[in-house]
Amino acid sequence: MAVMTYIDASRQAVAEEMRRDPMVWAVGEDLGRGGVFGQYKGLVDEFGPDRISDAPISESCIMGAAVGAAMTGTRPIVEMRFSDFALCAVDELVNQAAKARYMFGGQTRVPLVVREPIGMWRSSAAQHSQSLEAWYAHIPGLVVAVPSTPADNRALLKAAIRCDDPVVFMEHKNLWALGGDVPDGDDVAEFGKARAVREGKDLTIVSWSAAVHTATEAATTLAGEGIEAEVLDLRTLWPWDKDAVLASVERTGRLLVVQEAVSVAGFGAEVAATVAENLHPALKAPVKRLGAPRIPISYAPVLEDQVRITADAIAAAARGLVKT
Amino acid sequence: MPAGQSSSASNLDRERYVARFREMCRIREFETAAIAASNEKLVLGAIHPSIGQEAVAAGVCGNLRRDDIILSTHRGHGHTMAKGADALAMMRELFGRAGGTSQGKGGSMHIADFSVGMLGANGVVAANINIAAGAAHAIKLKGEDKVVVCFFGDGAINRGPFLEGLNWAGVFKLPILFVCEDNGFAATTRTKAMTSGDGPAARADSIGIKSETVDGNDIAAVDEIASELIDEARRGTPRFLVARTYRLTGHTSSDPAPYRPADEVKERWLNDPIENCRQMLLTAGVDESELSAIAEAAAKEMKDAYETAKASDWPEKDLAYVDVQDIGDPRGGAF
Ligand SMILES: Cc1ncc(C[n+]2csc(CCOP(=O)(O)OP(=O)(O)O)c2C)c(N)n1
Repeated sequence: MAVMTYIDASRQAVAEEMRRDPMVWAVGEDLGRGGVFGQYKGLVDEFGPDRISDAPISESCIMGAAVGAAMTGTRPIVEMRFSDFALCAVDELVNQAAKARYMFGGQTRVPLVVREPIGMWRSSAAQHSQSLEAWYAHIPGLVVAVPSTPADNRALLKAAIRCDDPVVFMEHKNLWALGGDVPDGDDVAEFGKARAVREGKDLTIVSWSAAVHTATEAATTLAGEGIEAEVLDLRTLWPWDKDAVLASVERTGRLLVVQEAVSVAGFGAEVAATVAENLHPALKAPVKRLGAPRIPISYAPVLEDQVRITADAIAAAARGLVKT
Repeated sequence: MPAGQSSSASNLDRERYVARFREMCRIREFETAAIAASNEKLVLGAIHPSIGQEAVAAGVCGNLRRDDIILSTHRGHGHTMAKGADALAMMRELFGRAGGTSQGKGGSMHIADFSVGMLGANGVVAANINIAAGAAHAIKLKGEDKVVVCFFGDGAINRGPFLEGLNWAGVFKLPILFVCEDNGFAATTRTKAMTSGDGPAARADSIGIKSETVDGNDIAAVDEIASELIDEARRGTPRFLVARTYRLTGHTSSDPAPYRPADEVKERWLNDPIENCRQMLLTAGVDESELSAIAEAAAKEMKDAYETAKASDWPEKDLAYVDVQDIGDPRGGAF
């Protein structure tokens, strides 16, 4: 076990996988200088500029070229800087990467990872702050990973690089500096397995990415008041761990979904609907979602805060559920 | 002036051009059968015939090795066949039947045969350009001796991937030949009316991808320039070829193309690339009976493919759930 930051854990995953498999390479803008957040710092020294490849500001070609290179035997890691910019490459991801295997009747595979950092970070306003994970969970053919800890960032990224299908890998920008224990050795995650952050009997809080930490903070406060919340971190949204969620809510009888993304048509709706469909008689309270209002994200902190899910809001919602 | 002059009749490599003639006849007969099947509702959805453009497919693909790679467009039957795909498997794909190149999952617009290096037609105009650049990028990373040819239409040059993909090929010095088939139309619109500037060749040159322009209805001219450019591309200089041609049918098989004068089409039929090739071979002393026999064999091959495809089974229903991705239950939450 080593203590490591979220960003270093991802760099270690990339380096280890590139050492293991010469067909793995990374491509994106400014990677030679370490990438915009420093996720690739120093990697060009070990792997050279062909495998830690700079790219023109051509998001659609970065993604499209990765599709072509993935179909012909290499395993590209695509760096999009911000999930917001990845929207310039949605055709390449949704119509091409996600469809090629199926549409061509299994003649090919598209083993690529697209890293699309998400989330609110340092007053970055409407085009550098979004959480768009639900868009991709909706698309057949894509895996969607949303790690919340350094250990998961390493283990899920390693799994993503080894996956034979396209993976949308959404790191949260506000977590880069987060430290945590990271297991030694070749720790490769299994997609679709939730992590129980905390056990509890009174309600189940389902979350992912940075919101897991806010939910956990709320659960600590609630514990002080005698309310025991179970906190589940989904870790991947497709596949997602339905079994773990249903088993937990069956025990607690209450579900609160917490997400940073816009609540309307967000992934929380999928979780809530699934629980409602399957556990209606066992529910002690209606299912509840917490997410952002349907407004773009602002620059001024006081306006930005309007979309931010707080531990206070989560605790208040939990109290409301437990009272009913 | 178009570059690439036809060989004169006396020194024509007859065997080579008889082979090209055969390929062009096969493409024409395949599409003729497919159009008939489309009219009979045996081939569903839209099909985009390349009738009139066969010399580009045959002339370019005839210069490729089996493990070289091509990517195509919605108008991709000719390229696929010329790259060596099996006509019956292709016909089954168009019919949506078992034994199709993609097991009936793609149809005409997504026709592909990876076993011969045909990495797919594409339903999204210009999307294949970036993918082709990536396939060429992988060739370079792996140090292979292959080349990629990317076909697209004159309409595709107005989409972003044209700029991004060509720039990419130039920056990374990739083994790729871009082939722009300028048939004058983008769907039902004359491409010129919607294109600013001097067109595909000028745009390619401005990005630093040197272009050549050729008469796309002259098989010998296409063949010669393609051979040269493919050699250059294989050595790591991306190149661009504009083939001037004409789409003799409508945009799709069901498009009567009322947006162009009948006289224009009639005149263009006088420049049919297959007839041009036939005349060239006759002048070079090839027997008329040999060429007729080739044309008849092609017609029979495709008629048989049509009949066999028609009699083929539909795919198993459960195949709908196969090859989505390795992980996750695709039925989850569905009806
Ligand atoms: C991105 C996109 N926009 C529009 C279409 C609809 N469409 C299909 S083919 C076509 C015309 C393409 O013209 P061109 O590239 O010149 O090829 P051609 O049809 O002449 O072979 C259009 C507009 C599409 N398939 N994809």
